[in-house]
Amino acid sequence: MSTGEQVTSYDEEQLGELLSVLPPAPEAWVQAAKELPVARQRLEEILERASVDESYRRRVVADPETVLEEADVVAHTQNIEIIRRRLDEK
Amino acid sequence: MLQTVGVDTVEAMGMHAQLTDGQLVARCRAGDQQAWHELVDRFSRYVYAIAIQAFKLPEHDAEDIFQEVFTRAYEHLHKLRDDEAIRPWLAQLTRRLCIDRLRAGAHEQPEESVEPRDVDDTIARLDDSMALHDALAILPDSCQDILDRFFARDESYRTISEALEVPAGTIASRISRCLAKLKVELEGRKPETSTS
Repeated sequence: MSTGEQVTSYDEEQLGELLSVLPPAPEAWVQAAKELPVARQRLEEILERASVDESYRRRVVADPETVLEEADVVAHTQNIEIIRRRLDEK
Repeated sequence: MLQTVGVDTVEAMGMHAQLTDGQLVARCRAGDQQAWHELVDRFSRYVYAIAIQAFKLPEHDAEDIFQEVFTRAYEHLHKLRDDEAIRPWLAQLTRRLCIDRLRAGAHEQPEESVEPRDVDDTIARLDDSMALHDALAILPDSCQDILDRFFARDESYRTISEALEVPAGTIASRISRCLAKLKVELEGRKPETSTS
């Protein structure tokens, strides 16, 4: 079967082999990606609160992972970096 | 960034699965969260495979890249010039982020050496597989399920048998029949060649 072109060869063994090259991504990764819109909305709420509540802001800076988890947002690297970057901008 | 409110999100997930890539992107851009879910479902294997197979990243790096790709896609979807070109756009984005990650971890190597030599071939093969998965979507759900379980999820006959509540002895023949149907579907799509 040629690669990079339309699939034009129909040997069943090759079809099976080609199907096997796309295993599912880990479910937790997929779920976190799906929740991006909601997570972004919650990040904005955290940042909004941090902008008017200095003690909360200090807590976010000191321990963003816990704050994110409390807001039910996955505390992966991207979300933490967004928090830190946005807080630094202010 | 995309809007997330004030849009029609009543369509069932099944409806979104039938949209073309371009239609799906347009709905995501309009703030339809179910469309975003479908977009992630549609391309998650592809992004994952590029990071793991083409760039051979360890899982923890691949996870970062995976989330970064979808984060950037979510933020920059409005910049896409051709909605139907979402797949090559995601491939390029994933590739760029993987190279950045490899460079960051290989300070003493020249830049041109961080990308594995066979990346183009691997991505081309993944593109072929994506096309095959498109054709697979035309088959009955039962065929999609059993082929995906056996080939992509690498499940045993026994596991499939228990999950689908069918005799283990019939799994091989079911797979064979479904592959034959897939082959027919692909042949139906094959461009006609002139015989004159």
